[in-house]
Amino acid sequence: MTTTIEPPELVSPEPGGPDGPTPGARPDHAHDHHEGPTGLLKWLTSTDHKVIGKSYMITSLVLFFIAGIMALVIRTQLADPTSSLVSFQTYNELFTMHGSLMLYLFAGPFAFGGLANYIVPLQVGAPDMAFPRLNALSYWLYLGGSVVMMSGFLVAGGAASYGWVAYAPLSNAINSPGAGADLWLMALALTGFSAIFTGVNLAATVFYLRAPGMTMFRVPIFSWNMLVTGILILIAFPVLFGAVVMLFCDRHFGTHIFTVDGGGVPVLWQHLFWFFGHPEVYILALPYFGMVTDIFPVFSRKPLFGYKGMVFATMSIAALSTGVWAHHMFTTGVVLLPFFSLLSYLIAVPTGIKFFNWIGTMWGGQLSFQTPMLFSIGFLFAFLMGGVTGVLLASPPVDFMTHDTYFVVAHFHQVLIGTTVFAGFAGFYFWYPKMFGRMLDERLGKLHFWLLFVGFWVAFMPQYLVGLYGMPRRVADYLPTNGWTTLNVISTVGAFVIGASFLFFLANLWTSWRHPVPAGDNPWDGGALEWFTSSPPPHHNYTHLPPIRSERPTWDYNHPEHRVIHKPPKDRPPAPVGEGETVGASS
Amino acid sequence: MSGAGADGGQVGPTPRRRRGRWAAGLAVAAPLVLGGCSFYPTYGASRGATKQGQDTFKLYSGMMTTGIIVGGAVFLLILWTVLRYRRRSDEMPKQFHENVPIEVIYTVVPIVIVAVLFLFTVLTENNVDATVSPGARFTTTGAPVVQVRVTAFQWGWRFDYPGLNVGVAGETTNGPNNHGPQMVVPVGQTVQITLVSDDVIHGFYLRDFNFSRYALPGVTNFFDFNVLHAGTYNGQCTQICGLYHSEMLFSVRAVSPVAFHLWAGAEVRAGHTLQRGGSSASNNPPPDTTLYPSDALPSPSSAKGSA
Repeated sequence: MTTTIEPPELVSPEPGGPDGPTPGARPDHAHDHHEGPTGLLKWLTSTDHKVIGKSYMITSLVLFFIAGIMALVIRTQLADPTSSLVSFQTYNELFTMHGSLMLYLFAGPFAFGGLANYIVPLQVGAPDMAFPRLNALSYWLYLGGSVVMMSGFLVAGGAASYGWVAYAPLSNAINSPGAGADLWLMALALTGFSAIFTGVNLAATVFYLRAPGMTMFRVPIFSWNMLVTGILILIAFPVLFGAVVMLFCDRHFGTHIFTVDGGGVPVLWQHLFWFFGHPEVYILALPYFGMVTDIFPVFSRKPLFGYKGMVFATMSIAALSTGVWAHHMFTTGVVLLPFFSLLSYLIAVPTGIKFFNWIGTMWGGQLSFQTPMLFSIGFLFAFLMGGVTGVLLASPPVDFMTHDTYFVVAHFHQVLIGTTVFAGFAGFYFWYPKMFGRMLDERLGKLHFWLLFVGFWVAFMPQYLVGLYGMPRRVADYLPTNGWTTLNVISTVGAFVIGASFLFFLANLWTSWRHPVPAGDNPWDGGALEWFTSSPPPHHNYTHLPPIRSERPTWDYNHPEHRVIHKPPKDRPPAPVGEGETVGASS
Repeated sequence: MSGAGADGGQVGPTPRRRRGRWAAGLAVAAPLVLGGCSFYPTYGASRGATKQGQDTFKLYSGMMTTGIIVGGAVFLLILWTVLRYRRRSDEMPKQFHENVPIEVIYTVVPIVIVAVLFLFTVLTENNVDATVSPGARFTTTGAPVVQVRVTAFQWGWRFDYPGLNVGVAGETTNGPNNHGPQMVVPVGQTVQITLVSDDVIHGFYLRDFNFSRYALPGVTNFFDFNVLHAGTYNGQCTQICGLYHSEMLFSVRAVSPVAFHLWAGAEVRAGHTLQRGGSSASNNPPPDTTLYPSDALPSPSSAKGSA
């Protein structure tokens, strides 16, 4: 497919001059209206990364809301120590599916299948993903996998109920009979391949489809992070698939890979799962780091502080993340504690670098607090809290005392909501005008943020304390004499505040749908390449491109007097901007 | 901060520190706190009813203090930046994008911090994980060691004392004894736990011991503890193990060595003796591996109501 794509036409305009072309008002967009089918057929057959990206986002958001409702049921059950709102079996199914939907079907696909699918080709100046049909296959596998996983609720015996980590031997045929567990495994296989295909696509797109002038060190950090995420996916997901196949064989074909009886090793599942699972944590974090990294400069009116530091921090995190899996297994008694502890501690260093780069980006800027910026700042506070408690958990003795308690539950919810919800919705609010050509309402957006922000702290801070008071995770009830009730009630109130905040999000979508406010090409005065094209972009994204001389080509074009041209290599004079570019001259 | 008393968390006589000292502690550099100071804020945790638990608690407290100092500094830095640089005019800010010395500093300083934390982690870990040799009757100094073999199963615990011919078991879901079986141990003596599982993975966790360890099928885990104060400490399974995971309670009662041996004698006379025939031996045989029919078991509310 890539061979049929024509290189984009280049322009050499007077940068920012009053006579320069106004992006978005180009008559040559007229040909868009003749591209392919429309309506439902378009959604079913399209290989356009923008359509697939939207499909991904809609599907993952629906699953996010389903999983969120499950969380509210779980929280309601826990608000009363002796609650019998749901049975034990239903409770186990609910927390298993809540975790599975959120982690496998929302957090990852929303980022790499949804936003990245849409934004990365735009950011690097590509007309589409490298393998558009593979991209479509990826989405349909994902949708199929999601339906398969959800269908566990419909079969006899109910959905999978062994937690989202499916530890053997609880997940084998004896301890978890029934089709729900099989459907869960099948869903992981399907969505796993979906992720692998998207990973291939992202890496290939960033490596091979960059526009002329878009050198690797001019690629926006979001796309950089998606490249690294793509590679991490290729490292992690095949291992998960292998483990899933082995477990399936144990369940149905009489193998004994994870059962003691036949000479198998149950703890092997944990090694395989977490060898996937810990890179997966960063597969779920790096895209979201990338989103806020693209957002802070725009609302600070400054370039990113420490661009190369960001890139190397991302790569360090990715590299370290493949060597820390056993910090989930400190209490098994069968792993080398100091090694995994040290590597886990070290991840704090590149993460800290990112924090200081984000602060440095805002430092000395002119900050404006539109909704995307508010969500990004909310991410900073949320992730700071989750990150600090994460450092504690890197210590095996502290892990001994908190493992599998609500302390850990609070930790990973703060980390994951910090990334996937605060940063994720920052990205959604940020790029929504680009994707749909219309604005979201600022007032509703800010209400969404503040309710979410308040609910977040009310819901999860008590969980640290109740964990330290000894409440284990995944319990359906507890003794009234345990003294955990008050904290659980507070946490439940917070969860419902979070739930309420999303009503404003839905209202916002509805308002935008019924009463569109045109966005224009660049409503935030963004600097990266995607803000140069129209909103939404034409079929192959660009009719012409600005000169790409930094990671902010649109900014350079709109604010030529405030360009930052990075120092050229010593043996090469700086390329003059805006003078007779030719394809490949600057790559 | 120690509001977990109802959780059986009365952790002996350590007095609660006054708020003034608490605040002063925040001002002290982290390594100092970790190293030599005599006070440790609890931050919600138990101070530890065992020697090992106290070591863990001190590490936790020191790390928490460090975390509050470092996290608090970053928090204030973010807050100050956000407030200080809010948009006041349309003037274009200076377009700087790097400052190599500062970037080096904020790379090196975190490395030093985690290196110090790692050092204290390893020191504590070596104390907490130290065991006498498996199955030993005496420590190297000649002090007695009480051996307890803990077998976790769906859904209950069995505590066998091979040296004393005592075996205690309890299923936590089928009987009225909703607090689960009790392990009795002597105060001040080394107790070595041999932890095994009959079926799936369980988590042996005692809040006041600041400790948990998996009972892994196919693996025999050993760990030691020395209880410092007499009392009853509540424990619970922490690793999801199936339908009645949340009911898998147990407790540890620490008594004087004399009382311990009196108890052991009484148990033997009552017929609670060691069962022959392997680790799966149990007064109540392990339940059927398939799920119980739900009507054969107390509903969550009635189970708790009887507690």
